[in-house]
Amino acid sequence: MHIIQGLNKDFESRVRLGIMSILMVNDWIDFAEMKNLLQVTDGNLASHTNALEKKKYIQVKKEFVGKKPKTSYAITQLGRKSFEDHINSLEKIINGK
Amino acid sequence: MSEKHTDDLAEIRNMMERSSRFISLSGLSGVVAGLAALQTSVGVYFMFYNYGINYFDGKRNVYPAELTNRLLVYASITLIVALAAGIFFTVRKSKQNQLPIWTRTTKQLLIALFIPLVAGGIFCLALLYHGSFYLIAPATLVFYGLALINAGKYTYGDIKNLGICEIILGLISMFVVGYGLIFWAIGFGILHIVYGIVMYKKYDVV
Repeated sequence: MHIIQGLNKDFESRVRLGIMSILMVNDWIDFAEMKNLLQVTDGNLASHTNALEKKKYIQVKKEFVGKKPKTSYAITQLGRKSFEDHINSLEKIINGK
Repeated sequence: MSEKHTDDLAEIRNMMERSSRFISLSGLSGVVAGLAALQTSVGVYFMFYNYGINYFDGKRNVYPAELTNRLLVYASITLIVALAAGIFFTVRKSKQNQLPIWTRTTKQLLIALFIPLVAGGIFCLALLYHGSFYLIAPATLVFYGLALINAGKYTYGDIKNLGICEIILGLISMFVVGYGLIFWAIGFGILHIVYGIVMYKKYDVV
């Protein structure tokens, strides 16, 4: 029900597209690095990563480096599959016209 | 609506590139490094000449310690000039494109580059130690090529191709003993300049 023309609504926002794209080509990326790449605020990034985690598209790892907590993200198999489908649909729509 | 889809795809590609490849490498770095290497090649030839050694006679001479030391200093200066130029133009390009410079990809690139490079450096010191001078120039080319191929994963594909050229050149040079300096000048001088110009035209000029 989320899917229209094969497009996944979960990836509609620009920030979520960015998060998924980065995780497609990298193993683990921490919060600071992600923020730096996407140029977004902490709150904005956190809300989008939470939503993607809830859908099981990404997995989250929390650890301590010294006394600082560090959160890292990686893509799940479901996430990879769903995002590939999303990209394919985007391409189909563009090429079809 | 279609415009949004095109934008989305562009954004996906951009983010994949940005997060996994070091794209601030400037072609001008290659040109300056190449010029420095050519200058050094000519300088080294005359250094030998002043010691009454004809580099191209291919004799496997053992050189006087004083000459060896001067060569090492000269080589180090060339390396510093090339590195400084590389850093300068790359930082400049990343500022122009407003890209962060010290990222995970940068670190991965440097680690990938320096492992074969340091191994090669120590290998060449060993050659120097054993007096096998004629193999040093070819060995620097081979190890440098391996380092470039290794680092190529994290930046433009051209770097990998440059690495392959350096290795081929180095291997040929291993068998054509006596012309090491010429091969060195081609590999570090001419190839750097050619690739520098190609990459500058391809990626730097927008």
